[in-house]
Formats: sequence, structure tokens, C-alpha cells
Amino acid sequence: MSISVKNLSKHFDKQKAVDLISFEAKPGRILGFLGPNGAGKSTTMRMLTGFLAPTAGEISICNENILSNPVTTKQKIGYLPENTPLYTDMYVKEFLEFVGETYGLKNLVNTINDVVKRVGLTPQQHKKISMLSKGYRQRVGLAQAIIHNPQVLILDEPTSGLDPNQLVDIRALIKSLGKEKTVVLSTHIMQEVEAICDDIIIINNGKLVANTSLEDLKETHYPLSLEEIFKKLTLD
Amino acid sequence: MYAVFKRELFSFLNSMVAYITIGVFLLVSSLLLWFFPDTSVLEYGYAELSGFFNLAPYLFMFLIPAITMRLFAEERKEGTFELLITKPVTLWQIIGAKYLASLVIVLFSLIPTLVYFYSVYQLGYPTGNIDSGAVIGSYLGLFLLGSAFTAIGIFASSLTKNQVIAFAVAVFLSFFAFSGFDSISKIISLQSFESTIVNLGINEHYLSISRGVLDTRDLIYFISFAAFFLLLTKLTMGGRK
Repeated sequence: MSISVKNLSKHFDKQKAVDLISFEAKPGRILGFLGPNGAGKSTTMRMLTGFLAPTAGEISICNENILSNPVTTKQKIGYLPENTPLYTDMYVKEFLEFVGETYGLKNLVNTINDVVKRVGLTPQQHKKISMLSKGYRQRVGLAQAIIHNPQVLILDEPTSGLDPNQLVDIRALIKSLGKEKTVVLSTHIMQEVEAICDDIIIINNGKLVANTSLEDLKETHYPLSLEEIFKKLTLD
Repeated sequence: MYAVFKRELFSFLNSMVAYITIGVFLLVSSLLLWFFPDTSVLEYGYAELSGFFNLAPYLFMFLIPAITMRLFAEERKEGTFELLITKPVTLWQIIGAKYLASLVIVLFSLIPTLVYFYSVYQLGYPTGNIDSGAVIGSYLGLFLLGSAFTAIGIFASSLTKNQVIAFAVAVFLSFFAFSGFDSISKIISLQSFESTIVNLGINEHYLSISRGVLDTRDLIYFISFAAFFLLLTKLTMGGRK
């Protein structure tokens, strides 16, 4: 199991943002993390990546505990935070070099060239990040998440704000990454879930309401569409 | 840690912030030291730099917060702190890297002022009639004072997402740490603790080092002062979990 979460909770004062959730994610499968806004998706991802400390519960990433061994665990995770924060005063390659250095990568020049090609940034690679459009920034965000070839990829809304052409490219990229890695991604787009996800988790008000494979979910709720299933599970 | 240090330093040097603050520092100190008759060395008639070293703490009080105000405030406002802390670096490494990068900028602002020393050295009669020991001590004192103000500035930046608030808090804390304790010690009812209170302030230790005598107590004071504010920074940034 690449990611194993047990009874994870996060309380902000009295509000229970995440309430006793448990799930697992396997290598070679893409896990879609669904839920209405404010359900606790980003909070969970922030706990998985070590940005937030859980109130209770256990997280194991590649058999490492992120709370006791944060540095070695973070080495194995690629993370794209929500809204893709980037150092906009840097140039694309300069930024990727900085990220590569924080992971202690060797042979950086080749690595950067490979990753730039892989995410389709070649035409924009000499620009400043502040000059890039939303779609290209998203690619820079993906590039910095995969530059160190991590076993686990955690992507918080990786396709928000992309145009239809870019959507196809980025989805194909995520799909190909998912063949060997453990990918967890959150999204609001149901077609996207059908197109790339193998497993589904739906959370509502911090609680798990579904945790199964895509086929099983559709079978149990047959003949509802994914959108109707989502509504049924989260609108009460 | 080196990667973060390099990024911070380049980010200072690629933006106008570093050049403008260093430029303002050099401009104001040159005007006051050489051109304005009230404070000019040339009018004063003695070959010494005490005018510059009395003035520099007050310039640093405004310029160092201007350098440090963005360090954490901007990261939190733009959300890049999440990006940074989820890389395999510890919070201490991030704070240390930002601190050292700002200290390098402070050092860059001090180096050109060696021209003042050279000029006064040449202008002395006979040439070289200047207390070099006191000047070296004063430079060391000024650098240590800068390192204390930088620690305050980083702490202020970690308190808020708003750079203007970070600047204002840092200026106030720097001013208070520099001369506030001297003023408090003059309150009548606290007279019996006067020397203890004065010893808490930066000014006392700055003056002591400026005399050209390096006392380990002063050195320890400055190191612990900076360490204390960096620790507070770690608590405010780490406490957000």
C-alpha cells in the first residue's frame, strides 16, 4: 500500500473538517477524491503531504510516517497544491532548478529538460512564470510535482481553469503517470473521473460516504449516472 | 537549505528591493556624513566616524524591516509556503536560509561604507590619525545590531500576511529593543533595576562593542537575541498546523 490512512481527523476549533476517515491507495491506480466544496478534500491532502498536522489518526506513505520522518517521506511525494502557488518572480527553468535542488537531485539539466518536454512546456520554457497563462502555470505546477520521480502523486484540482485542449493533454499525462505511481487527485468534473480514475472516494462534511472502485460504485447505484450518485450521496 | 538560501538571495537581487534599500542607506548616510553641515565630518574637524555609527542604527531600523517584511508574509499570502514546506526541507532550514540571505543584504549595505573609513583615514592629520580599533569594533557592532534587527524583521513577517503590518511591527520592535529599555530604566520607580533594564536593550551592548573592546557577554547577548526571535518565528509558523 503506498498510502494508508486510518481514522484520520482534523478539527479547526470546534469544526470537524475531517472526521475519522480511513482509506488506502494502491500503486498503478488513480484515486479520485470527490466531494462538495468545503467537504475536507484539501484539508486531507494537506495532511497527507505534511502541511497540516492531523488532530488524530495515522498516515503512512510508502510505509513511512510523515509525522515522525517528515523529510524522508516528503522526498517520496509529489504535491500540487490547490490554486497552484508558484514563485512568479522566477523563470520556469530557474524555478524547476530550485525545486530539483530541494530534492537534492543530480544531473539537473537533463532532468529539467525531460520534465519540461513531458508536461509540454517547451515553447514557454524561457519565460518568467508571471508571464504564463493559467494553463501553462498548471503545467509548471505539475512539472515541479513530478521532477523527482516520486512514488506518490497528490494533485489538488490539477485541471481547474484549463481550456478543453489543455484538459485532454493534462489528463493523458496524469493517466500515464498513474500506470506506475500512486496518484490521488481531487476534482469537481465528473467526466474527468470517468475518464481517468480507477478508484473513487467521496467525502461529505468531513465524513467518507463512498470508498470503492469506479465500476463497483456505478454497479451499486445502477442505473444512476455518476453525477446523480454524487448528488444522492452528498445532498442530505 | 542551500537551495532556499540561493532562491531568497536571488529574489532580493532580482527585485528592486535590495538595490533601493541599500541605495537609500548609502545616500542618507553619505549626505549626513559629508554634506549636511550640522553632522558633517568636515565641519566637525575630528578624524572619526562616530557620527556615522550613531546614525546607522536609526537607518537600519527602517531599512532592515523593508528587506525582511516580505519573507514570510508574501509566502503566506501567495500560498507558496505550502509549496515550500511540503518539499523535503525543515522549518528551521527555511528560517535559517531566509535569515542568512537577509544578512548578506545587510552586509552588502555595509561594505560600500568602508569608503568613508578610507576617506577619513586619508584626511586625518597626519594621515591615518584615526582610531582603527574603534572603527573595526563599531563595524562589528553594527553588523551584530543588523543581525538582531533582521531576526526581529523575520519574526514580524511571520505574524501576518500583510507586508505593511509586518514592516510597522518590525520598526516598532526594533526601535523598542534599541532604545526603549534605556527610556524605561529612567522611570523613577524602576531606578533600583536601572542597570539590569539597560542591559536588556541593544544600545548598551552596541556602544560597548563600538568602544573597540569585544566582550563575550555582548557577543552572547546578540547571538541569543537573534536566536530568541528566530525561535519565536518557528513557533508562529509551526503553530499554524
